[in-house]
Amino acid sequence: MKIKDSAYKVWRFYVDGFRGMTVGRSLWLLILAKLAIFFLILKLFFFPNLLERDYDNDADRARAVRENLTR
Amino acid sequence: MNDLMSVVDWSRAQFALTAMYHWLFVPLTIGLSLIVAIMETIYVRTGDAKWKGITKFWMTLFGINFACGVATGIILEFEFGTNWSNYSWFVGDIFGAPLAIEGILAFFMEATFVAVMFFGWKKVSKGFHLASTWLTALGVSLSALWILIANAWMQNPVGMRFDPSQMRNVMDNFWEVAFNSVAMNKFFHAVTSGWVLAAVFVVGVSSWLLWRKSNVEAAKKSMKVASWVGLAGAVLVAWTGDGSAVEVARVQPMKLAAMEGLYNGAKGQSLVALGVVNADKRPGDTQPEMHFSIDIPYGLSILATHDPNAFVPGINDLIDGIEINAAGDTVNTVSYAERIALGKKAQDALRAYGVAEKAGDTEAMAAAQADIDANFKYFGYGYLSSPEDAVPNVPLTFYSFRIMVMTGGYLLLLFIVLLFVSYRKTSVLEKGWLHWVGILSIPVVWICSQSGWIVAEAGRQPWVIQDLLPTGAAISDIPAGSVATTFWIFAVLFTLLLFAEISIMIRFISKSTGSDIESAK
Repeated sequence: MKIKDSAYKVWRFYVDGFRGMTVGRSLWLLILAKLAIFFLILKLFFFPNLLERDYDNDADRARAVRENLTR
Repeated sequence: MNDLMSVVDWSRAQFALTAMYHWLFVPLTIGLSLIVAIMETIYVRTGDAKWKGITKFWMTLFGINFACGVATGIILEFEFGTNWSNYSWFVGDIFGAPLAIEGILAFFMEATFVAVMFFGWKKVSKGFHLASTWLTALGVSLSALWILIANAWMQNPVGMRFDPSQMRNVMDNFWEVAFNSVAMNKFFHAVTSGWVLAAVFVVGVSSWLLWRKSNVEAAKKSMKVASWVGLAGAVLVAWTGDGSAVEVARVQPMKLAAMEGLYNGAKGQSLVALGVVNADKRPGDTQPEMHFSIDIPYGLSILATHDPNAFVPGINDLIDGIEINAAGDTVNTVSYAERIALGKKAQDALRAYGVAEKAGDTEAMAAAQADIDANFKYFGYGYLSSPEDAVPNVPLTFYSFRIMVMTGGYLLLLFIVLLFVSYRKTSVLEKGWLHWVGILSIPVVWICSQSGWIVAEAGRQPWVIQDLLPTGAAISDIPAGSVATTFWIFAVLFTLLLFAEISIMIRFISKSTGSDIESAK
């Protein structure tokens, strides 16, 4: 019961805090827009992890890097 | 333009652009969190509600900057995986561990205590709120610590061994990595420079309020707190900067020589206070180093070793293998031409290791491993065509260093003057010229801060990891055009973000001029 009460208090703390925001509203919009651009556009379409994408396991990745660094 | 700029240049330009934009926000977060914590402490100790209003005003500006800056560093990690895949694999868990600690720490500390700071004024006790504000300040500094530990390892790689099978540097001493002497100096230098930057920001905004004759008392009180923080920060920056110079002389002597435009070192070496560097000079030629200079006798020897008569090697000396050791004595080490040969030997051994591994020849693998281990400290030199390739851009490093020092000196003077007039000549605080000095100092402090990073990062070229991996070998095999495209996307995106921050801040400050900051509940 105590844990449930505490969890509810924490929940209300955040809910009331978000509801009472003034400048914070536009800041949260800015943060969400930024994160969406970073992760849903840039990361997905422009910034693949090349070694993760092109090789199945660490041994192959190590071999590829060795070839890159010794050619 | 793409034909002219290679993928290395575009990748470097992109990393520099994103890192510099990221660093616009970070130092203000570090310093403003401290100033806000001090202001709230005054409120809690005195019980004066006016300080609560002042704290909330600066806390809102902290929040705006925090929101605009948060996650801008993530972009750098994207770039590691795409543009710098050889590098990000080669550094292994040494980079991964500090970044993971930073991510977890930042998330938990900031998500908890920043929320209490902003949402908790009427919900938690004064003491708990104050503790949260201080823990936020501590949390942002600790976040910086782990990033700077990772950066310092690149400048002074310690606490690891190279495993040719994994093709990674494996951490074998966490504490050596964490307490790397370069990291400690870098951390305190960067954090205290954040205090200076935020102090100038508070002075500048307060000056604007004074100029508008709005919230005069709040502005004067804020200016006083900021000036003390700024003075403490500026003194500590100078002190840690001195420590950094000694470290650079020890672990990156070529960077120090480039910072001074010094080609031929001497005992009792002077320091160039002001000068015009000869950009056409190349190692080994007979051209003068400077077109013009005003020198401080013995200055560089004192700066680098704390001994006025010590020898400080120049670029030509270093290429010939003449360095100073930890005790400050001149020593003949391996010349750069020999290092290149040894680096190539290490690379041949690595190639042989790969062939032996494929053939399952464990004896040949062991022999290759022994050759790699013997020459690994020069591994990166094997990529250089000539010793001159190990020299960074001298004019860029030289001028950035002077801009940093001169603007830093000006800011130290500014805080001394502000404290003097705040306590002894309060009538000067009403003068319009002083207000404009405060306002115009805002861009100066950012120029100072960015110049410091240019010295640190441009000055260590060509190395992405000192002596082990040059920038040219660290990049991925990707088309320059695609890096150029994302460069411009970032340029537009980050510029918009900066404009958003500035416009939200200006709107908030303008709105505050029409109200009483000190009466905020």
